[in-house]
Amino acid sequence: MTGAGTWSLDEHHYRQITAHLGSLLKESNARCALLVDRAGQLLASTGEQLTFDPTAFASLTAADFSANDQLAKMIGEPEFASLFHQGEHESMYLADVARRVILVVLFDERTTVGLVRLRVKQTVADLTELFERLFRRAASPEPEGMSERPGGPLAGAEDEIDRLFGD
Amino acid sequence: MSMINYASREINCKLVYYGPGLGGKTTNLEHVYSKVAPETRGKMVSLATETERTLFFDFLPVDLGTIRGFKTRFHLYTVPGQVYYNASRKLILKGVDGIVFVADSQVERMEANVESMQNLYDNMAEYGYDLTKIPFVIQYNKRDLPNAAPVRELQEEVNPGWEVTEPSKQKPMPDPWHAGETLIEQRDGLWVQQAPYFESVAITGDGVFDTLKAVAKMVLRTLS
Repeated sequence: MTGAGTWSLDEHHYRQITAHLGSLLKESNARCALLVDRAGQLLASTGEQLTFDPTAFASLTAADFSANDQLAKMIGEPEFASLFHQGEHESMYLADVARRVILVVLFDERTTVGLVRLRVKQTVADLTELFERLFRRAASPEPEGMSERPGGPLAGAEDEIDRLFGD
Repeated sequence: MSMINYASREINCKLVYYGPGLGGKTTNLEHVYSKVAPETRGKMVSLATETERTLFFDFLPVDLGTIRGFKTRFHLYTVPGQVYYNASRKLILKGVDGIVFVADSQVERMEANVESMQNLYDNMAEYGYDLTKIPFVIQYNKRDLPNAAPVRELQEEVNPGWEVTEPSKQKPMPDPWHAGETLIEQRDGLWVQQAPYFESVAITGDGVFDTLKAVAKMVLRTLS
């Protein structure tokens, strides 16, 4: 039993993720798609330029999902795998990915929640496979492709950390 | 859970300010918000009641600098301190990388501090996190008040320490922030470690950045 741990996202996986999100947008005609981890950090976003603060949005998304998870448990459900918030013009659909990440799709009247829900299913399956691989790699003692970073991304940077904080 | 994004060259870490109600957690974040340059911080989000009591959390992202070409971005959260908001308080701890426990120095709040600390241990344990193994600092706030308890008394009640069982760590460790004091010492034959502590007056900003820097540094050191 320790802390929450660390995981990393490299450029290769980042590109794969944005490709999945890109196809989702194309097939569902949604405006944009974001990926947020359960701790509230934004991992990726694709689609139309965001007109709001994405960092604040990500933290609220994670809180929204966590609160709804607890509500699910209270009524005897293990979880709500997806959430739908309907607005007059703009709506959002949120779906769980591998219990660690949340996929958020923003859409308007140009599409329907039915189509979004349908297309999200495939994207969730693709992303689940990708993230499960990523998290397995993070948990393994010798992560593949990370041998050039022994001990962590800031290995040997103690002096730099001290300098940053003025010691 | 710190997230290292090699694509955007960012390290994202989550810090949670915990502690009893009205202890000054939100005030800590407000001070940070007011002092850091606008280009190094994001929007501050507060989910509060009409009377400005934290209902769910406050959130403030700040960039603390660049290391090894990675931008270090810290997401600061507070929890609602009031006892009956435990369900939402627990949610905020998910994926936490470092904790600041903001204790209220007033003598009358001693019991509330101790209760909140116990609640923190319990909530962390439910996630499988061990408070003694993650970056964790205590801030004694409201040091300017006439009814503030002496730091020694607060240390005894709020920060009694935990047993160090790992033989390699069983040696005296000086407290880098307080000359002549230790963080690990032997007491009655047992090796005991305490969390680093800081004194503050959050409303004027005294001690706010010392606390933040200390915990942020501890978090980054876990990645080195």
